Amino acid sequence: MMAKTVFEKIWDQHVIVERDDGNVLLYIDRHLTHDLHFRAFHALKEKGLRLKEPSKLFGVPDHSVPTTAKTVDQIPEGEMREAVEGLAAAADELGFTHYPMTDDRHGIVHVVGPEQGITLPGLTLVCGDSHTSTHGALGCISFGIGSTEVQHVMATQTLWQRKPKMMRINLTGELGFGVSGKDIILAIIAKIGAAGGTGYAIEFIGNVIDALSMEGRMTLCNMSIEAGARSGIVAPDDKTIEYCAGRPFAPTGKDWDLAIDYWVTLRSDDNAKYNKEVTLDGDEILPMVTWGNSPQWALPITECIPDPSDESDPLVRADMTAALDYMQLKPGMALSDIQVDTVFIGACTNSRIEDMRAAAKVAKGRRAAVRTLVVPGSGLVKKQAEAEGLDRIFLEAGMEWREPGCSMCVAMNGDMLAPGERSASTSNRNFRGRQGLGSRTHLVSPAMAAAAAVTGHFTDVRRLEQVT
Amino acid sequence: MTLPREEKLSPFTTFAAIAVPIDIANCDTDQIIPARFLRRPGTDPAYKDFLLHDLRFNEDGSEKDFVFNKEPFRQGRIFVTDVNWGCGSSRENAAHVLDQNGIRCVIAPSFGDIHYTNCVKNGILPIRLSSKDCETIRQQLRDNPGAEIAVDLETQSVSGPDQTRYFFEINPFDKHRLMKGLDEIGLTMEYAREISEFAETYRKRFYWAEHRA
Repeated sequence: MMAKTVFEKIWDQHVIVERDDGNVLLYIDRHLTHDLHFRAFHALKEKGLRLKEPSKLFGVPDHSVPTTAKTVDQIPEGEMREAVEGLAAAADELGFTHYPMTDDRHGIVHVVGPEQGITLPGLTLVCGDSHTSTHGALGCISFGIGSTEVQHVMATQTLWQRKPKMMRINLTGELGFGVSGKDIILAIIAKIGAAGGTGYAIEFIGNVIDALSMEGRMTLCNMSIEAGARSGIVAPDDKTIEYCAGRPFAPTGKDWDLAIDYWVTLRSDDNAKYNKEVTLDGDEILPMVTWGNSPQWALPITECIPDPSDESDPLVRADMTAALDYMQLKPGMALSDIQVDTVFIGACTNSRIEDMRAAAKVAKGRRAAVRTLVVPGSGLVKKQAEAEGLDRIFLEAGMEWREPGCSMCVAMNGDMLAPGERSASTSNRNFRGRQGLGSRTHLVSPAMAAAAAVTGHFTDVRRLEQVT
Repeated sequence: MTLPREEKLSPFTTFAAIAVPIDIANCDTDQIIPARFLRRPGTDPAYKDFLLHDLRFNEDGSEKDFVFNKEPFRQGRIFVTDVNWGCGSSRENAAHVLDQNGIRCVIAPSFGDIHYTNCVKNGILPIRLSSKDCETIRQQLRDNPGAEIAVDLETQSVSGPDQTRYFFEINPFDKHRLMKGLDEIGLTMEYAREISEFAETYRKRFYWAEHRA
């Protein structure tokens, strides 16, 4: 039998029809949706189409929910409320699972999926959101789709796809103190570039991945898309199985045993073929900070802003120069000298309990020097954090403890930076204007964000924290 | 992101138009259409202006010095740009806003995977040419504003402003869909029997995947 990667094993189980030109009709196990797709249901109806399998659609409002509101009534009237209400009305009418703002299970779609056991190893999962790559951390095929594809899945529970090329990233060694999943993925993107993974699905392997928590793996897979790859995947292991056990949508009893029997087979074969292989030494990864308007412009905190005149490619040089102009930074400036105006800890990249703990550990007993928003990824993360007293730590540090949602990652809910403002942000994109018109975003880990919050500038978190 | 698309796609065969050099690497879909416009309906009369909005307009609505604001480029219907066009967010609004501006073709060394698919589904032809060829064409367009590019999907070729012919690759299925302007759901429905047979077998084999909370 031909040797296969874990991605190929799952893929092959979902192929309904394969055409000679390489296009396959793929069966989709889970379709997640959110408030920005509120018009899709109406569009479907207009075309005379029905929702094919309502039990496989799951909706949660996240982009348009203010993090100061607990109920729909508290959302200002207008397009934000229209989107949230539109999704709820569709769920009501069509009978798919929906977690409203008042439900503890509500949160960011990519936090809720794994948390509820909607995301499981071996499945195919799609959502009209590019960060759907997150779910691959649980050993499934997951990828973001556009709205035409959203309607296609709704109507047929299938998608036309071409199998992506396979890339394997091997993370050897061990992570040092103060280094997290976020730093790994920023180091990877800095190495392979923002288009380095285009056309590929990335499988992450190695010692570092084995040791990494499920939350860390989700951060890693979340930002695969920032390297250009629609999918990231980590083969399921004991940690994955333990994570899934007992979650509401996870199978139980005999079915659970059957599922595990299958999941343990989802490992890449020894001689599986990859179109591209990359190796990074985990011991060499340091806490990272981005300085430009693409996640590929990331450097260790110990470095200085690079000089575009050292770059030989004129197109890259122009890109760097434009980024420095937009970001108002000068070549040679130490990253640790950059002052920030606002700190955002949250987003589908870094809003899980481990992220909250990492930020709280740094914030404990200190005071925020700048405006700091801490936005848990779901109501359950919020509850857990409060049970552990993390909310008290944040509040005592003068930080804001908010309701769950996408918040300042995409700035569609009222949380945003003012023009020209600079942030340290645990989100995934430092694009121009991403956090509000004229905003300047630097991407960092939760610990590094908290370190910037309490010092007012980027700070090597290893200097604030003692090895314990 | 959603936007109903009532009209059938216009089939793509040959197309010649003024081309616009967009000298931006990694132009993400947040630049193509900023997030704050994503909840607007496609029928919004201002929709057209959302294209590359923050690169084209100041906060007070006045125009910036940007190539697509200037004649004859604003008559352009083809974009020629740099690496990784349309990376980032999956928002299909980025394809819709190109469409609303009559952009039928984008030529770049590489595209964000999701945006590439979204373009095809909206009848916009994404063409991959080498970085060097894209830069050569952009330079010619900068030197000869208003120069046209001709695209022939059948022969998978592009005639540059100086009549140099470039050939490009495209998956046959994408080509077929673009040339016929096919409704994809209709096409998939033709496989209804295969889908239901598959689903039945799948359900038996992976019964555990059907568990409800």
